[in-house]
Amino acid sequence: MSETPSGMAEQILAFCEELRSEDVAIGTSEIQDAFRALEIVPWTEPVDFRESLATTLAKSPKDREIFDLVFDRHFFRATEAASLEFAPEGGEGRKAALSDEVREELSMEALAEAIRQAIAEGDESAMNELARLAIEAFGRQGESSGVVGVDMQRIRRGLGLSPSSDTSGDGEADGENLDRDQIARFERQLRRELQRQQIQKQGQLPPARPLSDLNRALPMRGAQDLAAVHKAVAQMKRRLATLGHDPRGAKRGRTVDMRRTMRSSLETGGVPLNLKYRPRRPRKPEIYVLCDVSTSVSSASTFFLSVLHALHDSFRKLRSFVFIERISEVTHVFEDERDFTAIAEKITATGGVADISGYTDYGRVWNEFYADVSADLGPRSTVIVLGDARTNGRPPAEDAFARVADRANRTFWLNPEPELYWNYGDSVMSAYTPFCDGAFECWKTEHLEQFVDVVASGKVEHFGTTTRKYTSGHRY
Amino acid sequence: MAATPQAVPRSPAEVAEALRDASYLADDSTALIAFLAQRLGKPVLVEGPAGVGKTELAKALSRATGRELVRLQCYEGLDEAKALYEWNYRKQLLQIQATASTQDEGATPVGMGEIFTEDFLLERPLMKAIANPDPVVLLIDEIDKTDQEFEAMLLELLSDFQITIPEMGQISATTHPIVLLTSNNSRELTEALKRRCLYLWLDYPARDREIEIIRLHAPEIDEALAGRLVDVVDMVRELDLKKPPSIAEAIDWARTLILMGADDIDEKVFRESLSIIIKHRTDLDLVAEKIVPRLGGSGSSNGSSANGAG
Repeated sequence: MSETPSGMAEQILAFCEELRSEDVAIGTSEIQDAFRALEIVPWTEPVDFRESLATTLAKSPKDREIFDLVFDRHFFRATEAASLEFAPEGGEGRKAALSDEVREELSMEALAEAIRQAIAEGDESAMNELARLAIEAFGRQGESSGVVGVDMQRIRRGLGLSPSSDTSGDGEADGENLDRDQIARFERQLRRELQRQQIQKQGQLPPARPLSDLNRALPMRGAQDLAAVHKAVAQMKRRLATLGHDPRGAKRGRTVDMRRTMRSSLETGGVPLNLKYRPRRPRKPEIYVLCDVSTSVSSASTFFLSVLHALHDSFRKLRSFVFIERISEVTHVFEDERDFTAIAEKITATGGVADISGYTDYGRVWNEFYADVSADLGPRSTVIVLGDARTNGRPPAEDAFARVADRANRTFWLNPEPELYWNYGDSVMSAYTPFCDGAFECWKTEHLEQFVDVVASGKVEHFGTTTRKYTSGHRY
Repeated sequence: MAATPQAVPRSPAEVAEALRDASYLADDSTALIAFLAQRLGKPVLVEGPAGVGKTELAKALSRATGRELVRLQCYEGLDEAKALYEWNYRKQLLQIQATASTQDEGATPVGMGEIFTEDFLLERPLMKAIANPDPVVLLIDEIDKTDQEFEAMLLELLSDFQITIPEMGQISATTHPIVLLTSNNSRELTEALKRRCLYLWLDYPARDREIEIIRLHAPEIDEALAGRLVDVVDMVRELDLKKPPSIAEAIDWARTLILMGADDIDEKVFRESLSIIIKHRTDLDLVAEKIVPRLGGSGSSNGSSANGAG
């Protein structure tokens, strides 16, 4: 198309820089691709512009998520900065088509009608213009309060936009109700316009904030976030599904099947051209998961339970336990139920894990687990503990844990607290870590993925904070 | 279909139009990326859940551009002998024996140049795509199933469209193939591979588009029923299933409904045809419990019993 203006190029470079600062890996070749793409795409179309950048720069669903956040933030700020610098009011297109007196006459009802139509059609640029008009109209009525949130409320009420309202007769003339998503899109435009006007009034941009870590942290609060938890786990599920297959790319150490090699060499006149290998038997791990469901980790336990849920889908040989003061096996619950909320209810109702106080008793849990289950542990077992190691001052009984870890092949500990808080207060993490093959903090999705990589690959050295495996015998 | 193989599209809209003619309804970003792939000559990495039409996109592109489709299905343990080329050992051996018997005993042995020529080369899909005199569409399906070494081997092909055979030298593509790689995201692909590709995330289509798709492939279905079907399929997809229904299954279901002569999806019809879209026993239970009561009609009490689903 036309030549890219130099200001544009700088903008895009700045945008890429911003993406990099949010940990999206962008190489120079990718930036070149982006520019080449923009040369041939009609980039004046907002959607084409955005998609061209996205396809060349963001190369995983996660990157794409960050891309969208940064894109909105960056180009919103960029246009604002530009409009502060140059003369305000660069109205074009639809807005210019409406002369001033027409706009003056545009009644609220007509406006509401036009907005309804634009929302129904999903026309983004029309919505944008109309949002601007709506704000203007409200400004004329002298209702503008100067606070974005308050104005939003007023305009929304004035236009009578709600998913299934029957307030005004003529609003329903189209015969169909607007669904919530479409209205949300219009409101996003509206909010953005309001912010834009505020920036113009104040003549400066609010400070840029990096995407907070929380934006990417594991969603742990409240039942309504369950869907988000599952989304985070869904990716892990796919990874786990391939688990138990051979570690990839390791052809080393394969043994030659002499018999089949000789047989196939007959085809080539007795010259063994093709070596035949013995097939590898994939390792089928047995996994034991112990999950703390006490109040001190209540926010995390929803998440952990859904991890358990996901694990059950992926492993045939998985036994799960929940514990507070006592331990209780819940494998059957997961086998009988598919629905997560039902599982969570059943576990809290019938788990029978809280005795009197409701405080975690790690010592008792280890002793019970050792007494009941350890006979089944063997060289193929992996034990995973999900808990914060806060004993409420009770004895940690690390020797019982050590015996469990000794019987199992590998033992991992996932702690929902940042590593910084370990061993503060009643946390006795350090008593257990020497016996684990790896202890991980686990409060972000990355942590979880890192852990899955470890379990899948069998590499521990790189990740675990502690790698020393307990050697039996010297403690008791 | 109408386009000649050499034609280069001028705008994303044109690509979308061509894909539509090849009975594939692409959304804006898919059309845009297909357009970019042809104009920039870059491979496209397509990711997304199973059954959203990743492979179908490649087939449609091949139909739309009039190019031949060369497909390489990846699996664990795939190596270059099966993907690139292989020497035809038997033929080489015969050649050696044949020349040895015709010549006298003191004659010079068969030279390397005589048995390492194209006559003794078995072309595998990637080689075929490169060596083809006409431009092709190359589909490398489920790249995430292979191991990292194989990915590394692809790099030369993807960035320069050439293959190096030690005994013969480089073979470069005479024409630019359109390359599509699909992945179900079962493992993270290497940065090096991603850097060479455009990225397209395909997701389940929006409601209106899916209705359109279904009506395109099952034209006999009436609009109201198609809408109802898509709504139900959407509901099912929202559950946490082992295998959510794909677009292809939704189309199959639409065809089934036509054959059944159903004009609405009520509890009875749903139960009878459920197995078209749900293919896991535990999923069947979950769907019977969650979806069936929401279908309305007679709110019978056996909504929670699972055995009626099969």
